Amino acid sequence: MQSDIRRLSLILLFAPFALWIFLLIVLPHIGMIALSLREKVAPRVYEFGFGNYIDFIQEPIYWNTLLRTGSMSILVTFLALLIGFPIAYYIAKIAGQRSKGALFLLCLIPLWVSDLIRAFGWILLLRETGVASTFLQWTGAIDQPIEFLYNDITVVVGLVYTVILFMIVPLVSTLDGMDDAMVEAGYNLGGSGFTVLRRIIIPYAMPGIVSGCIVVFMLTAGSYLTPILLGGKNSSWFTEQIYDQFITRFNWESGAAFGFLLLAFTSLVVWLGLRLTGQTLANTVAKS
Amino acid sequence: MTSTDTPDLECTNLCKEFGKVRAVDNVSFEIPKGSFFSILGPSGCGKTTLMRMIAGFEDPTSGNIDIKGKSVLNTPPNKRNVKMVFQHLALFPMMNVYENIAYGLRCIGMDKAQIDQKVRDVLDRIALPDVGNREIHQLSGGQKQRIAIARCMVLDPDVLLLDEPLGALDLKLREAMKIELKLLQHQFNTTFIYITHDQSEALVMSDHVAIMNEGRFEQIGKPEELYHAPRTAFVAGFVGDSNRWSGKVTGLQDGVAKVTTDAGLTMLCQKQDGRDVREGQSVTIYVRPEFITASRSKGQDTQTSDLNAIHGKVDSVLFNGANSRVLVRGPSGELIEADVVVTGSTDDLHAGDEVRLNWSDQQTMCFAT
Repeated sequence: MQSDIRRLSLILLFAPFALWIFLLIVLPHIGMIALSLREKVAPRVYEFGFGNYIDFIQEPIYWNTLLRTGSMSILVTFLALLIGFPIAYYIAKIAGQRSKGALFLLCLIPLWVSDLIRAFGWILLLRETGVASTFLQWTGAIDQPIEFLYNDITVVVGLVYTVILFMIVPLVSTLDGMDDAMVEAGYNLGGSGFTVLRRIIIPYAMPGIVSGCIVVFMLTAGSYLTPILLGGKNSSWFTEQIYDQFITRFNWESGAAFGFLLLAFTSLVVWLGLRLTGQTLANTVAKS
Repeated sequence: MTSTDTPDLECTNLCKEFGKVRAVDNVSFEIPKGSFFSILGPSGCGKTTLMRMIAGFEDPTSGNIDIKGKSVLNTPPNKRNVKMVFQHLALFPMMNVYENIAYGLRCIGMDKAQIDQKVRDVLDRIALPDVGNREIHQLSGGQKQRIAIARCMVLDPDVLLLDEPLGALDLKLREAMKIELKLLQHQFNTTFIYITHDQSEALVMSDHVAIMNEGRFEQIGKPEELYHAPRTAFVAGFVGDSNRWSGKVTGLQDGVAKVTTDAGLTMLCQKQDGRDVREGQSVTIYVRPEFITASRSKGQDTQTSDLNAIHGKVDSVLFNGANSRVLVRGPSGELIEADVVVTGSTDDLHAGDEVRLNWSDQQTMCFAT
């Protein structure tokens, strides 16, 4: 009786998870793979083949876009880490117990506004007739309005802004677990500020750094709204290509292949990153 | 002063204020070379703040700290030759044992071969020669302790600070580590400053102990001095166990004060040098349980001139091997502790027995309140 109840509750608890994994992750991906391996030979006539993948390799604009998306995502991840780490360190180690909560909340507030609205916020600031341009004209620094939108720098800035929170949260939780005595011991044994950072704080925070980087990289590479709105036609983000294939050209087969390629590519980058830092998924993402 | 008798550490009029709170209040002391010095006090007495100032993590509000005769007030913590064993040891979990010990040597830019030599030497000295490649989480509590000490000692510090490092260990291991720490101190012949709230740790290991209370040093002395000749009521009450009565001095004769307690008992206590006890003054009296002898009362007994005596009834026997004790309910209902030897024979005291408690007036410590 007791074991029956236990088994039932386990099944009930497990069911939503199993359904979610199967219906929303496994099944669509199987569908995607199946779809991407079909070649259109005549209207409504399909054949099995790798044509969609061969198309990708043969058309430089496709893989250039993928490489560009990848490298810019790495840049965004790096910048988010560079800016996020001191913020996280301040929140976790320097701020007092009470201001810690408030600061953390301040970091979370932008999440209450949708990505779309946040991107429009940037547009209001940076467009030709926007706040930044008008202000610079008013001060006399420039004599003609400047368009700050639709270039790579704006895209990178906008993306860093959107994803930095996902870097800060895991970093704060890892750094929070670090005993202050560890840093003090680092100094006490003769280390300079730089030595303590390099040999103690960063190695300790490595699980948080890696898990933050993975999340940020995945989010950036898979983001659609921010690059489109802030980069316009110049952004050439890979998700835009996928969207194009699916919606504009109605070429689902090729879109599915692109989607699968993006997944494979980002997974490869994450795997390389883990290998380089000597971390595993189990002690980074699974922990924080 | 020649260089040989320069104390390793000297603090003069050291004060530290946090806002309106005085954590350390005008503390002065010096520690001779190669000694084991403990600072003993209840939690929140300022001992950790004092140590953090010596290590350089806090700046004193006023006063001076000299290490080997040189003021270190303007020296940052990483340039002071004072190393510290933290309460939770703070071994670096991302490095193995070898790297933990080599860390400090790398910081001073020593070359690889020399580091290797030094690390192996220090591991030999703490009798753990083969643990170099182990990860920190693979060590036992006692081993971690020794690695934390080795990590500091490999740098030849002038002073080693230890912040209650035995607190996290279980009782058996703590007893063993007490002796081991003392031996290590002898072996390295470095000045150890040991911070603790556990009096048995301080008394067992130290050459000198300072009792700290509310930011001030109450008394500095050898462990036996603190125990047998406490200078203040706080020290008498804090170090060791004692029975405590408060009362008034009702007579003074030949250096022996007669005190009547609030409950109406009369006790004699010998006046100690330099302690001002006047007639009519309120005082607190401390008597250690081991100086009270409890014997079954048989008929009449007379109070001799130097013996205090109280009659009572055994309330309970607290058996603890060699440290067994009886709780005796005195005439005014208070419980008095006395050490007894429990042999297991029929002579032993049992609950309900009528007993007479005796102690000498020399063992009666009396402090003006």
